[in-house]
Amino acid sequence: MSKYLVNKFLFTIDRDPELVERYREDPRGTVAWWEAERANAILNCHGDECSTWLEFTDAERQALATHDYPELFRLGAHNFLTLTLFIAMFERDYAEPLGFQREYAARLSGFTLPYPDIST
Amino acid sequence: MATVAAVIASTHHPFYYRASTATGDERPPFADEWVAKIEAFRQTLTRARPDVLVMVGSDHFHQIWLDNMPQFLVGKAPYYDGNWYNEEREFGLPRMRMLGHEDLSAYLLREGLDRGFDLAFSNELRVDHSVTCPLITLRPQTDLPIVPVYTNIFAPPMPRPKRFVQLGQAIREMVEAWPGNERVAIIGTGHLSLELGGPRQFGPHGPDPEFDRKAVEWIASGDLESALAEVSLDSLHTPGNATHGFMDFMLMMGAAGANVKADYTDSLDLFHTMEAYFTWYPNGADAQ
Repeated sequence: MSKYLVNKFLFTIDRDPELVERYREDPRGTVAWWEAERANAILNCHGDECSTWLEFTDAERQALATHDYPELFRLGAHNFLTLTLFIAMFERDYAEPLGFQREYAARLSGFTLPYPDIST
Repeated sequence: MATVAAVIASTHHPFYYRASTATGDERPPFADEWVAKIEAFRQTLTRARPDVLVMVGSDHFHQIWLDNMPQFLVGKAPYYDGNWYNEEREFGLPRMRMLGHEDLSAYLLREGLDRGFDLAFSNELRVDHSVTCPLITLRPQTDLPIVPVYTNIFAPPMPRPKRFVQLGQAIREMVEAWPGNERVAIIGTGHLSLELGGPRQFGPHGPDPEFDRKAVEWIASGDLESALAEVSLDSLHTPGNATHGFMDFMLMMGAAGANVKADYTDSLDLFHTMEAYFTWYPNGADAQ
């Protein structure tokens, strides 16, 4: 498990308007680019001072590449990060206020307490 | 010595700004009642005539991130910019700038460290809606200097509820011992039951109305004993997966004092989560 890295992906995409759109339109390509180019960047550090060891598991890569937010929930991605980014990408596609948020809840309805652990 | 002019605890609903400023078809049906309640709540701070505001909140992964995660952090800067791109995007919040009060920040850091709280600090802090929402509701003119205090209610491992209470007690004592004549309001915001990114989110009410009823009673009556007996890091998962924000309410209960009844209590049952508003006047509402 590399929950930290999944969260780092969600965090860094969510705070960048261009990356939000890029991830919406091309999830698999964005995940591949990000893992190759950005996953090991230590935020606030010079480009030469990167980590060397961070990579997604196959399940994490696939969940991100298919916008599979129920699977991200199952994997223990931080619930707030996932929700915020997916609202940014998909709320616009729903006519009713909170339509996407309610569908999101419905698609997670199979989960009961205790939820997957979000500790990193 | 400084005077604690008011202790104020509330929820921080990021949709208030948009709901309260919307007009015509955009204005939700509950907006007028909500605005009336907020304006009455705002009056409880105005009446206290504060000079400086200690603002307790929690960064929602904006500036504070998992590569460098403080449990408790005090801002010490001459200014604080407020709100972030994704808060503008999702909630329609405006960009804001607040004055800081560096002397009180420095004092709380020094005294807090000496009292056994290993407080982190920030000299360049962009605050998020946990600080800006209570300013929008309670002091929209943002004319008073602030001291932001951030807590970790977001990323496990977190301090236990008792530690939040202890920090609230310490903030109250430290402010009361601060040399000076300022009137200080201690304001903190958290959540009642709340679910975000889970199956119980965005329902017609908060995810656990029974927890909310009990929580409002604990806060309004200052019943720290019951709150501490029933609330743990584990138990807070049950009312909703974002309910750890209730620990900021517990911090404020510590600041208000055990068994001290709130002088003002109000609540509003909204979609998604319950709003709740509390004010204490430790020295009386109109004390000099």
